[in-house]
Amino acid sequence: MRVLLVDDEEELVSALAERLSLRGIDADWVCTCYGALERVEVKTFDIAVLDVKMPKMSGLELKRRLQEKCPDMKFIFVTGHGSEDDFRAALTEAGTAYYLVKPLNIQTLIDKMSQALKG
Amino acid sequence: MSIMSIFKRLKPDFWDHGDTGTERFKHLFNFRRIWKLTVALTAGVALSPVISMAIFDYNVTHDATESEIVLRTSRLVSNSRRTVSFFLSGRKAALDFIVHHHTFKDLKDPATLTELLEALQKAFTGFTDLGLIDASGRQRTYVGPFKLVGKDYSGQEWFEEVLARGVYISDVFLGYRQLPHLVIAVKHSLPDGSFYVLRAALDTQQFNHLLSELKVSGGGDAFIVNRQGTIQTPTRWHGKVLEKMSLPVPGYSPETRVLQYQGVGGEPLVVGYAYIAESPFILMIVKHWDELMKPWYKTRKELFAFLAASITVVLLVILGVATYLVNKIHDADEKRVTTLHHMEYSERMASIGRLAAGVAHEINNPLAIINEKAGLIHDLFILKEEYAGDQKLIGLVESVQSSVERCGAVTRRLLSFARHMDVDSRPVKFKELIEEVLGFLGKEAEYRGIKVNVEVREIPTIESDRGKLQQILLNLVNNAFAAMADGGHLDIKVHQRSAESISVKVTDNGCGIPERDLERIFEPFFSTKKTKGGSGLGLSITYGLVRELGGDMRVESAVGKGTSFTVTLPLEAKQRKRLDT
Repeated sequence: MRVLLVDDEEELVSALAERLSLRGIDADWVCTCYGALERVEVKTFDIAVLDVKMPKMSGLELKRRLQEKCPDMKFIFVTGHGSEDDFRAALTEAGTAYYLVKPLNIQTLIDKMSQALKG
Repeated sequence: MSIMSIFKRLKPDFWDHGDTGTERFKHLFNFRRIWKLTVALTAGVALSPVISMAIFDYNVTHDATESEIVLRTSRLVSNSRRTVSFFLSGRKAALDFIVHHHTFKDLKDPATLTELLEALQKAFTGFTDLGLIDASGRQRTYVGPFKLVGKDYSGQEWFEEVLARGVYISDVFLGYRQLPHLVIAVKHSLPDGSFYVLRAALDTQQFNHLLSELKVSGGGDAFIVNRQGTIQTPTRWHGKVLEKMSLPVPGYSPETRVLQYQGVGGEPLVVGYAYIAESPFILMIVKHWDELMKPWYKTRKELFAFLAASITVVLLVILGVATYLVNKIHDADEKRVTTLHHMEYSERMASIGRLAAGVAHEINNPLAIINEKAGLIHDLFILKEEYAGDQKLIGLVESVQSSVERCGAVTRRLLSFARHMDVDSRPVKFKELIEEVLGFLGKEAEYRGIKVNVEVREIPTIESDRGKLQQILLNLVNNAFAAMADGGHLDIKVHQRSAESISVKVTDNGCGIPERDLERIFEPFFSTKKTKGGSGLGLSITYGLVRELGGDMRVESAVGKGTSFTVTLPLEAKQRKRLDT
């Protein structure tokens, strides 16, 4: 499983990526949307975990851009802000199952990723 | 019923509003002052013409009545004067006629004089005797009841006067038979310069009759006095004949005059009088003022009654209209204030929601980092051999993780609360909703030792506005907490009531609500907590929210035992379109 983690909080994604790596998952991380768009050019990922609220470009917008480049990629949204709008938008984009609220439980995240890949 | 309780019953709602200033949103107006101003102004404008017309009318009719009385008295006096004058001049003319048509010689003959007296008595009643007096003042012939032949009148006052003026009419006097009499004498001058006088006495019965026949209105009296004020003809009120009259003698006037006098007892009198020419007499007509004014007093009474009735009706109408209008303004303003309160309340809830969301978000990100770092440390201890083994450190990290999880639970709850501030109808799971609400109040319950028992029977998921339901429950639970002492017991029971509705019952064992307050408890601004800063709106807003969701709310309470609010909600809330979404 090759995972791309995108979040503007570097401390968060780096630790998360390391934790996933410890569990044998190939996890890459970037801190900006543009970083993510560049990274998919050079490497193929099965799934992307996106923060909904990021500077310059939202997670939803990023998802559309990534999907254009890699149509097979699956997505999981993560948010620290449970606002109604985010919630509804993410629901329509990804379905309830793939929407997680921070702070994350690592096991839940892994389970969701496996589900997403299977679905 | 005492006056105070009548006033209390009549007192309009606005009376105590608007001038207290203790309420958070003040009324725009001082209703009591508006009311007073309206009443004073309209009453002034409406009543002043009525009152001034009444005063004007009073004066006009009063003056007219007075001048009418004066005029009528004056007319009566004039007529009576003519009658009296005519009476006297008639008798004087008869004597004149006799002296002109008989010679002194004829008259000296007692037989002729007797004949003449008899003729006079026939033609004019009242003649009692007749005497002929020569120029020296000696009575030459006399016919009548007395023996007066040869009586010398020279030097007597009346004889002097008849000599000087040719005619004399005496005052009334008591004759020899103790009957009132008056004397008329005429002088006849002969061409040779000599003269003689014919003198006749008249009893005054006829004279009296003239006046007693007069009908004088107003308890009045017609009589004659001489110029010294001695009464000459009988009077009903003012003294006996030949005594001084009780009134002062009016001043000389050639014409009829009317004066106002005070009677002996101080009663007002109208006195009309006339000096009768060529006689010592004054004709007096005296009337009682109050008697004459009686018809006017009646009119005056009617005028006052009419005025009082008009003023009462006008005032009642003004009071009614002013009260009605000010009440309407008050109602409108009350509505405005309630809306403001409601808005402020919703605003405040929304602000709390936004604040909660903001705080949760800000905390969530660092929390997520802590979570990942601690997770990483934990992973390293467990998964990497070079770090493995230290159970104490693993324990510490796990405790960090579990604390983070607790924080996460709190922020999630805050976010969920904020999320539901928006208004929308969506499926609601009641059990979750109650737990969410109790999540906010759980700490208070714990500190105060309040036991909360939640019982949710099998109920379908309902379609309703989650935020509003949250507010309703929060308000009810808050109220219950406020009513209970520490260590109280709160019951929340939810069950399906019918195919279309569920009921939520919140029961506390607090202080309860007195019966007289129960009816008013959902009214805006009704508060028993006002001194403690309650706005008196919590329950009214709650009630409003329940109604908005198409539900109903009831309350039962017993003082000292507790209160129970039952909210009935439809399974599907009636959708109310919101303008702002």
